[in-house]
Amino acid sequence: MLTLERVSKSYKVGLFGGTDLPAVRDVSFSLQPGEVISLIGESGSGKSTIGKMILRLLSVNNGTITHDGTDIATLRGAALRSYYRTVQGVFQDPFSSFNPIFKADHVFGLIRGVYFGSASAADWRRRVDDALEAVTLDPAQVLHKYPHQLSGGQLQRLLIARALLLDTRYLVADEIISMLDASTRIDVLNLLGDLKARGLGILFITHDLSLGNYISERTVILRRGRIVEMGATPAVFGRPLHPYTRMLIASVPQLHQKWGEMEAGSRAGTGWAPAPTEPCRYHAALPGGGATAVPTGVAGSGLAEVEDGHFVGCVQPNDDGTCGGRPASSS
Amino acid sequence: MSLQVTDLRVYYRTLAGDVKALDGVTLAIADGEIMGLAGESGCGKSTLGNSLIRIEGRMKHVGGEVTLDGVQLPIDDQRDMDHFRFAEVSLIPQYAMSALNPTRKIGKMVGELLATRGVRLQDAREELERRLLLVGLTRDVLDRYPIELSGGMKQRMVMVVSTLLDPSLLIADEITSALDVSSQRAVAQTLVEFRDRGFVKSMIVITHDVSILYQISNTLAIMYAGKLAEKASTDVMMSRPRHPYTRLLISSLPEIGVRFEEHRLTGIPGTPPSLLDPPSGCRFRDRCPLAIAKCAEEEPPFVELEPGHSVACWMVS
Repeated sequence: MLTLERVSKSYKVGLFGGTDLPAVRDVSFSLQPGEVISLIGESGSGKSTIGKMILRLLSVNNGTITHDGTDIATLRGAALRSYYRTVQGVFQDPFSSFNPIFKADHVFGLIRGVYFGSASAADWRRRVDDALEAVTLDPAQVLHKYPHQLSGGQLQRLLIARALLLDTRYLVADEIISMLDASTRIDVLNLLGDLKARGLGILFITHDLSLGNYISERTVILRRGRIVEMGATPAVFGRPLHPYTRMLIASVPQLHQKWGEMEAGSRAGTGWAPAPTEPCRYHAALPGGGATAVPTGVAGSGLAEVEDGHFVGCVQPNDDGTCGGRPASSS
Repeated sequence: MSLQVTDLRVYYRTLAGDVKALDGVTLAIADGEIMGLAGESGCGKSTLGNSLIRIEGRMKHVGGEVTLDGVQLPIDDQRDMDHFRFAEVSLIPQYAMSALNPTRKIGKMVGELLATRGVRLQDAREELERRLLLVGLTRDVLDRYPIELSGGMKQRMVMVVSTLLDPSLLIADEITSALDVSSQRAVAQTLVEFRDRGFVKSMIVITHDVSILYQISNTLAIMYAGKLAEKASTDVMMSRPRHPYTRLLISSLPEIGVRFEEHRLTGIPGTPPSLLDPPSGCRFRDRCPLAIAKCAEEEPPFVELEPGHSVACWMVS
């Protein structure tokens, strides 16, 4: 199990890194093998930062990320290599992930050099074929080709196959189908579903709510680095508790239902803000406010469990995570 | 009839030969019509939009003509076209919001742009500020640099500037693709409002996202491999699509409520043909579940099945 516990991250920005820009605040959730969690947020919500921290491409400022009980920040050398055997990432742009000078299967060769130096040619070949079969690619069609000879969907599948060459159990998939055409993106999405059925745990990072709704069991909604709502996907989409989630869902262009009238505020370009009449479900569930708001375990800080496994955050959190502004009388 | 495009052909010259990106497109857009133009990458939808503004560099106008409000557009002649650009035809390109000059305050940049059309900023200022307000921007953005605005704000700024001279035709090329869902909706609905207020007479909205087009467009055109596959009113297209490509495309789109466990959607196998040397007959036939022998021999004509609904497919016409 991959577990994030009260993870925070801020970037140093400005002259000489004098200013802290908080990107992720107090995020806790866990990913099991065999499930897809979609991590949904708008730009700047910290969703990619979370993926990069899990992949150890970024350090964690506060809190811990553990893999089967081991803090990943402590991993060095062989232990880190074996972590990467089980946790792999795939990113947004398949076209720029490949070096155009090398053939596309060069990415497999890189893995072989680091992890399978002693594997025989036949053994290696079998591994590559298995991985390609898992992503429904025909080896004859994709091996020994240059990246420009392959389509975006094929390249993205090659990258997933590369991640599967190892004994991968967790996949961080950061916007992996945003760049693909409508006719092929659903195939890559279905592929994730099939891999999940084979026991892979997938963190599906996206800004597209309908994709997240389609593929995931659980959904985590992020806003400004903080989890505002998380729970089973049908619950989050069917009975959203947080006004921000409701706004996101209402903004999604649907195919058979037109948008309603838009609230005046969201047109103003000042970003979304909760209406003053909006009750704080977090506050209602936890009348004590911030002090009692830290449930035990991975459920996370600053979140209240409103129904079984369905958590909601404060409508208007202060920077320190306590409930700001909403009168306690609303409870 | 606001815009009439007749058998337009625009090729790209490459070392390997001509890429037939736009290969005989005929369509008409009425006054007040917002036409959505959708298709996969490389289908020629952006080439169509660009051709109505500027045929540049490697692009070559091979045939066909374009008339706007009864006047033939000199799309071949870049100098003559200058009289129409911005004043009569305006284009918001895909990355317009990152194309704002970072060293100029926005107001100054708008002034320079207007000066090229002989309009003084002072004269247009009142209208400019009124329209900025309409899209939720205040007049002080004119004294700011582009870096100080968010992506959605820049996009709305560009929309206001592009339509300031009330062009007859606005082409919006993937302007919502890089935005968050909430700004996406604001930008899309602003397009409709601009049409309603008469800032532009008609519009071509190019995007790969059919669901956005369903929200805002009156008619929908689907392109495939340099040709139109189908055009119809948006409601007809969504409820009774006829071309197999349109049908497969629409059925591959996930919607909120559709879940992998319960209903597995399918994509369209295969890839579009190379436009360097496109196949004979129907260009979709390799991926088409209905293809017959005739599809390989003869190219299906783009025929009108019923008023306003045209399809290029042997199996339905």
